[in-house]
Amino acid sequence: MKKLLPLLLAAALLCALLLTGCGSSSETLTLNVYNWGEYISDGSEGTFDTVREFESWYEETYGQKIHVNYDTFASNEDMYNKLSKGAVSYDVIIPSDYMIARMIEEDMLLPLDFDNIPNYQYIDRNFRGLYYDPEDSYSVPYAYGIVGVIYNANVVDEADAGGWDLMWNEKYAGNIVQFNNPRDAFGTAQYKLGLDVNDEDPAKWDQALAELKTQAPLIKSWVMDEIYNMMESGEAAVGAYYAGDYFTMLDNQADTVDLRFYYPERTNYYIDAMCIPSCCQSKELAEIFINYMLSAEPAIANAEYTYYASPNSLVYTDEGYLEDLGEETIEILYPGIDDFSAQYNQLAYRNLSSDALAYMTTLWEELKIS
Amino acid sequence: MKPAAKIYTALILLFLFAPIAILLVFSFNEAKSLSVFSGFSFYWYEELLRDSETLKSVKNTLLLALSAAAISTVMGTAAAVGMEKLRSKFLRAAMDTVTNIPMINPDIITGISLMLMFVFVGRLFGLATSLSFWTMLIAHVTFCLPYVILQVLPKLRQMDHSLPEAAMDLGCTPMGAFLKVTIPEIMPGIVTGLIMAFTLSLDDFVISYFTAGNGFQTLPIRIYNMTKKTVTPKMYALATIIFFVILALLLITNLSDKDGDIADKV
Repeated sequence: MKKLLPLLLAAALLCALLLTGCGSSSETLTLNVYNWGEYISDGSEGTFDTVREFESWYEETYGQKIHVNYDTFASNEDMYNKLSKGAVSYDVIIPSDYMIARMIEEDMLLPLDFDNIPNYQYIDRNFRGLYYDPEDSYSVPYAYGIVGVIYNANVVDEADAGGWDLMWNEKYAGNIVQFNNPRDAFGTAQYKLGLDVNDEDPAKWDQALAELKTQAPLIKSWVMDEIYNMMESGEAAVGAYYAGDYFTMLDNQADTVDLRFYYPERTNYYIDAMCIPSCCQSKELAEIFINYMLSAEPAIANAEYTYYASPNSLVYTDEGYLEDLGEETIEILYPGIDDFSAQYNQLAYRNLSSDALAYMTTLWEELKIS
Repeated sequence: MKPAAKIYTALILLFLFAPIAILLVFSFNEAKSLSVFSGFSFYWYEELLRDSETLKSVKNTLLLALSAAAISTVMGTAAAVGMEKLRSKFLRAAMDTVTNIPMINPDIITGISLMLMFVFVGRLFGLATSLSFWTMLIAHVTFCLPYVILQVLPKLRQMDHSLPEAAMDLGCTPMGAFLKVTIPEIMPGIVTGLIMAFTLSLDDFVISYFTAGNGFQTLPIRIYNMTKKTVTPKMYALATIIFFVILALLLITNLSDKDGDIADKV
């Protein structure tokens, strides 16, 4: 029996040796980046491999090797939970607007040193001084999007398209898909009714619930990313999603499907921005990375890869980019809203208080059960 | 009655395997769609081989599953041997209960409590980040361990205990008797435990999700995180490859088992 212990230790040691073999040497710098999944040009299908290109660019410019640990998350809340517990540490993160507001409030972000981010000058004026970061000191916008309604023109009568009403149209009962998360689903009803999505008054939320209940019998299913396959195949004919994602669907639609897209008058705007969390290990390196992401080649590649609109003027004035996407696409992605920041500040989702969130969850359960 | 039962079974099998079949077929699709098959191609397989982040996550997954399976098999076998030797009824019951906890506990509770524990311990030691490959390994060993124990323990109970005693009577050291007599007797249990631990670890998402640290993402986590956009057909290609590798492994083990049986009979 006494020999079993050395045996165990030997096994553990062997594992340890195998593992340390792939660790990096001390001379290589490390940068930890935490981003949404599928949210960066990653070299697939012959695209620009942002992370690897950054590594070689850095080595050429600064003469030192760098390794980027690129991890992904699936929701703002997942990212927040891991960071706030101190479970992980990242140098650059790309959360959404309302989460940035919350993290600033909780001292989880570091103010940026814009001397290291000269490319910030290319960020459009519309994306400055927005509610989540009024002083523009914590975040650099990466991409933005607007929710619109997608429909299959082979099923839907053009005359019915326009506004949120299409998602409540009884003619298309059993053909409509709705968001499978409470904030976005309630949002469609609130925008339709002209309510403020950030108003925490329970009575207003009850009103939105009543509206969703009238829609419920018409709904085929509650979807998130399932919407891609359902719309592409023609299984569903009406649904709301982000403009950029509509183009992904358009690329893959079946022959019998003819997808179209429009923005309702009042709808959701979102911005995802690059930030440096307070657990950052090397702030200057993180700022160099952010600056690199704003330079022409990676910024254009990322905008083309994700199909989301870019706040970077190097992107939307680039002729190659405009040509690659085509006029129609550009018109939808960049609707040329003059008062973008005013619209955004009024319509975008903000962080709700925990009471309001709890109330929303209760209503959501009530809706799903009924 | 009989044809009805047959149809019923066929339906069950159909519903179980149709999604896998669709996935296999569409991994050879030329286009990105999961609904329209536009032409046969190996395009997505080529794409998969070019996707370094996904390949890295496959490597991570295998590394984790292999180490977790190896460690939990050694520890689990040792634990089973110890538990079998326990004389006190109370201790036995206590050990059984403790073993069952990770099995009965919902994954999400195991995952979150392990994460909180790692964070707490990390703070005690003043670490900047508490989660790493090692915490993930500990978590995986934790939930694999009971399955190994439950595979090995019955084999030990079935075993004829006079055999190792006889070996020692004939001059074998206790260690020699354990290695030469006991281990071969309980080997089927150990192997089943190892395979179960490996599959469980390979497959796990929830616990991994909460205990994953910087720069070490496993395949299930990577696929889950793709859902902001949509999961690319590269993943169908990867799933097809994994499916056939596992199928081949199962066929080989089953066939070699049969050979063994025949050899025994002869």
